[in-house]
Amino acid sequence: MSVERHTAETPAGERELPLVLLLRPLFPRFHVALTHKFRFLKPWESQLPPDEFLAAHAGAVRALLCSGPTPVDAELLASLPRLELVVASSAGVNHIDVAACRRRGIAITNAGNAFTDDVADFAVALLIDVLRKISASDRAINALPDICNSYGVGHVANLDKLGGKRVGIIGLGSIGSAVARRLGAFGCTILYHSKRKKPSVSYKFFSNVTDLAAESDVLITTCALTDETHHIIDKEVMLALGKDGIIINVGRGALVDEKELVRCLMEGEIGGAGLDVFKNEPVVPQELFHMDNVVLTHHQAVFTPESFDGLLEVVMGNLEAFFSNKPLLTPISE
Amino acid sequence: MESLGVLLTYPMDSYLEEELGKRCELFRLWENPPEKRGEFLRANAASIRAVVGNTAVGADAETIDALPALEIVASFSVGLDKVDLAKCRERGIRVTNTPDVLTDDVADLAIGLAIATMRLIRAADRYVRSGAWKAKGDYKLSSKFSGKAVGIIGLGRIGLAIAKRAEAFGCPISYFSRSEKPQTSYRYYSSVVDLAANCHVLIVACALTEETHHIVDREVIDALGPNGVLVNIGRGPHVDEPELVSALLEGRLGGAGLDVFELEPHVPEQLFGLENVVLVPHVGSSTWETCKAMADLVLGNLEAHVTNKPLLTPVL
Repeated sequence: MSVERHTAETPAGERELPLVLLLRPLFPRFHVALTHKFRFLKPWESQLPPDEFLAAHAGAVRALLCSGPTPVDAELLASLPRLELVVASSAGVNHIDVAACRRRGIAITNAGNAFTDDVADFAVALLIDVLRKISASDRAINALPDICNSYGVGHVANLDKLGGKRVGIIGLGSIGSAVARRLGAFGCTILYHSKRKKPSVSYKFFSNVTDLAAESDVLITTCALTDETHHIIDKEVMLALGKDGIIINVGRGALVDEKELVRCLMEGEIGGAGLDVFKNEPVVPQELFHMDNVVLTHHQAVFTPESFDGLLEVVMGNLEAFFSNKPLLTPISE
Repeated sequence: MESLGVLLTYPMDSYLEEELGKRCELFRLWENPPEKRGEFLRANAASIRAVVGNTAVGADAETIDALPALEIVASFSVGLDKVDLAKCRERGIRVTNTPDVLTDDVADLAIGLAIATMRLIRAADRYVRSGAWKAKGDYKLSSKFSGKAVGIIGLGRIGLAIAKRAEAFGCPISYFSRSEKPQTSYRYYSSVVDLAANCHVLIVACALTEETHHIVDREVIDALGPNGVLVNIGRGPHVDEPELVSALLEGRLGGAGLDVFELEPHVPEQLFGLENVVLVPHVGSSTWETCKAMADLVLGNLEAHVTNKPLLTPVL
């Protein structure tokens, strides 16, 4: 019987629990639920620098719980010779070197459908807010309390109707489909771009994003961030979308050429934007702060108790399945 | 209709005003200070055969009494709480409104307000614009909208349009109405308090009448509770506003998304800056397309009246 030294507390009963490497602390509600079932290796609690710690203690680690967007790069993977599973706590896995994992036969799981409803709700709400200037109107009332029902529509200018808008969804996965279902009920026409056409949907498919933009009034990005989708909304797409067009980004900041987006908004080349994500969070281009045709939120589309509970269930389920040699719940597709 | 004298009560829409100015003999009520309005009406009473009013200034008993030649009130609104219908009925004055063309926009705003309130979007936007977002990973949980029980007061055109949208979010729908609507499968409650006790989001979408004044009172607000959200896209007087304000300040109500207020243009300043409250200035139907459609309906009704054709959207 070997006795392994860990910096985590290991009362006798816990030595039977499977070992999982963390890179940063868990959300408290996650920690409470998961420490009953797993033993955590916590490099940040050690005096040793991370690479030395891993060299000393992580040789036996088969599972890594990547809580938050901490990068899982090739270097880290190389220091974990027995790693077989990376459990991500997000839908997106752009912070993980997927190719390196694939080469090593390391499985990756993500949040599955835990976030679908909340992200879809958020995308719809951002769109209505931009078109109907909800946040901007609230700001206007705060500044000029008697503005309510004051003369003319122009007191909060250019309110735009949602019904009848052509909405181009970039990425028709579970989140994109959920957005489509919701906006259909508002009388929007749904168009989409995806890696491959989906024969089971009746929405019009575009293999080219610029063509999609040319026929859309709104673009919503709900796709994964990969090398192929980096800046999938670029200058060409924005100009094709046009000066009344609205961009809603609930995916990842880098899906949109942010510098170009700011320029287009400043010059009136597109009509507005609702953004939950940015290229270099928490940095948000200050030029956007005085615009009334823009809504800015701080990467919070998934921050509801239900999404967190759903995520916890998926994370726990994947770890349990792995350690009992059962099929993983939410492995990412190839 | 050049000979039609039209009293426009309020500068509600520039396209409407322009068209009325071109096509009719237009009298602009608001250009006269309040104390001179009676005089203005008397001076032009012989010419004024039509009144075009809105949610701010309609055609009340005093106005109607001052206009013996009045034949038609064409309201730039679907709600008729600012038109003295009894008086119009008594005098045989025709009344038209603007139904249907604004249904979608008002329903869209109701859902937009609900989600903006529950997901703290306005508060987040304020936070980001203040430059306060310094550390990634700041998080605060907000309330999920999808799947939450939605209760609708008034299942007319707008109420039904709200229900249809909320259903796409998986929200179970229940309602209060003067009478049950057997043609829908939504759950009916014969009391607003029961409706409020059994839903998470309560949306006011009924007409304002004497019966529905303060239909959302303290009892209803308490039943909706500290996790409940009120959305009002109806009329300010539907809600007991001082009760609403104290409930929000004391945390007895979870949140509110409001497009209308009891004493417009006054908006209770104690609500400013509350993260769970979203306030918009009576913009339910204020999109360019819908305002034009409403204006065209008003013009079309007046045109039909002067040419003795059936009115497009008569109420009386």
